[in-house]
Amino acid sequence: MGTGSGRGRVKNIDLLHSMLLQRRFEERCAEAYALGKIGGFCHLYIGQEAVSTGSLSVLRADDYVITTYRDHGQAIARGITPRAVMAELFGKIDGCSRGKGGSMHLFDRNVNFLGGHGIVGAHVPIATGVGFAIKYRGGDQVCVCFMGESVVNTGAFHEALNMAGLWKLPVVYVIENNRYGMGTALERASAIHDIYERGAAYNMTRTQCDGQDVFAVQRTMQEAVDRARKESAPTLVEVRTYRFMGHSMSDAVSGTYRSKAELEEWQKRDPIVLLRMHMQEKKELTDEQLQKLDEKIKAEVQDAIDFADKSPEPPAEALWEDVLVDTTSDATAEAVAAD
Amino acid sequence: MAVITYRDALNQALREEMQRDDRVFLMGEEVAVYQGAYKVSKGLLQEFGEMRVVDTPITELGFAGVGVGAAMVGLRPVIEFMTWNFGVLALDQVLNSAAKMLYMSGGQYPMPLVFRGPNGAALQLSGQHSQSFESWLAHMPGVKVVTPGTPHDAKGLLKSAIRDDNPVLFLEGEMLYNTKGEVPEEEYVIPIGKADLKREGDHCSIVTNGKMALVAMQAADQLAKQDIRVDVVDLRTVRPMDIDAIKTSVAKTNRAVVLEEGWELAGIGAQVVDYIQRECFDDLDAPVVRVHQADVPMPYAKNLERLAKPDAAKTIAAVKKVMYIE
Repeated sequence: MGTGSGRGRVKNIDLLHSMLLQRRFEERCAEAYALGKIGGFCHLYIGQEAVSTGSLSVLRADDYVITTYRDHGQAIARGITPRAVMAELFGKIDGCSRGKGGSMHLFDRNVNFLGGHGIVGAHVPIATGVGFAIKYRGGDQVCVCFMGESVVNTGAFHEALNMAGLWKLPVVYVIENNRYGMGTALERASAIHDIYERGAAYNMTRTQCDGQDVFAVQRTMQEAVDRARKESAPTLVEVRTYRFMGHSMSDAVSGTYRSKAELEEWQKRDPIVLLRMHMQEKKELTDEQLQKLDEKIKAEVQDAIDFADKSPEPPAEALWEDVLVDTTSDATAEAVAAD
Repeated sequence: MAVITYRDALNQALREEMQRDDRVFLMGEEVAVYQGAYKVSKGLLQEFGEMRVVDTPITELGFAGVGVGAAMVGLRPVIEFMTWNFGVLALDQVLNSAAKMLYMSGGQYPMPLVFRGPNGAALQLSGQHSQSFESWLAHMPGVKVVTPGTPHDAKGLLKSAIRDDNPVLFLEGEMLYNTKGEVPEEEYVIPIGKADLKREGDHCSIVTNGKMALVAMQAADQLAKQDIRVDVVDLRTVRPMDIDAIKTSVAKTNRAVVLEEGWELAGIGAQVVDYIQRECFDDLDAPVVRVHQADVPMPYAKNLERLAKPDAAKTIAAVKKVMYIE
């Protein structure tokens, strides 16, 4: 375990709160899924919380975040309320995507959360486009794009990173290498295994770090974000982590494509346990404080569930809303006048 | 009115909209230094600079995604595909990102962007470069699909497309770039979703779109010499489709031919015929006949290509068939 980033912006207790909130939230998601309250696909993030929390702790409010379908953790770490996320998972009107997106498509304009995206690799060029827009406007924002390691084998990844390297765009591409694309191990999918080295093909600064150590993630991301903000240069970050649950709700946690022993080995490096132990060693956290924090978080998650339960389903007319922006008023009047 | 080419009409539309709104930029292969594969973007790099007229690598899926991302955060991209045949490589971004972003986000992220480029067969380019994509693209909700057939329509509709807050898929006719027509000197836009009655007649309606509007006009000229007067309904936009215009025309003529550039199965014409049977059932004096490309990949040999393509002669034969002549 490393030490705090020294930037002093985010307290360790806040990091712990963020990570534990994601964990407790998703434990209840698994339960709600079993009860049929959450439908469709549901991909849990448990085990990877240091990546979302560490990465997003170094961003400004006006920066942009975009990610894959495994998006609950990042959504919460970015500041979408647990209520809005849970209501979305329950398919309710108060969901952050008004019940139209579900687990894989969490969006919130208020915190510049540009979505969970469901086609592997497709959001990576979109992130490049956000970087292009930042540069076009002469701003100093940064776009952080999360993806799993299996994304690096898509054409979209290659095309997107080539342009970002070519045009020097302020984007940080974060590969959450959790070792498996569904059930296919990295070694069975990629010709090289140090996948951050792929950045060489795009003349891009590249680096890797321990994804179970929130401070390591913070330090690495701080450098990358600074590079984007100050030099308008992209970085490819490989964060080595592990998901403690299955790919989605339909596969066994272990036993088919990975062994129980391997899972248990990684669980010894639970990012929340590592942070907690660090804080206890440093006398920053007593057992009593930890218990209180956990109770508070559990209550917050229970509140989210209650809220989602009570939130109404979208009304039938919502079916037809937001297919297109209604442009019939001004544009047409202008057009008719001129045609 | 000035008489200019379809190419120059598009160029004017781009230039005027880029002058009007500095959030508008043009991106694609060879749009800048080369001045456009079909010279549609001629002079724009010189006027607007390399940040707003952007050459890309050959990377359709990538730069289509760049357009989506830029639109998400407030720019108004115009993404040029050198041809829609290459645009197919970017279909994931069109279908899964651009067309769904507003809906999936519960209304939070509009997609004010235009994907544009030439569509349809040119001459002897064979299978991979001679395809009409309007029925493929019109199938999905969340986009508008525009297929202008004249310089006037091309300019007015492209300006509307750039001002629209939705993704507009703008299909230009590859064989139309050199065609000429009258274009007003003063500013104008044409509303998306409105058909244009390009020729008036009372014997039969020809419902068509895109480059086929030109073919329909050729057919109409020849039919006029035989005292057969046709309505030519140029849809101009295939999503949304101007059902009222189809209805009004067929109610008047009681007969219809639907002419399209693409293939038959699940084509634009299939949808038009469906509207006609639902809206004009009692008006019809004959079954509707469709004219379209032969159900084969486009061949290279001149004679075979001619056989495969819809043309004026086939359209005339179809009109005579629905009129029970010969």
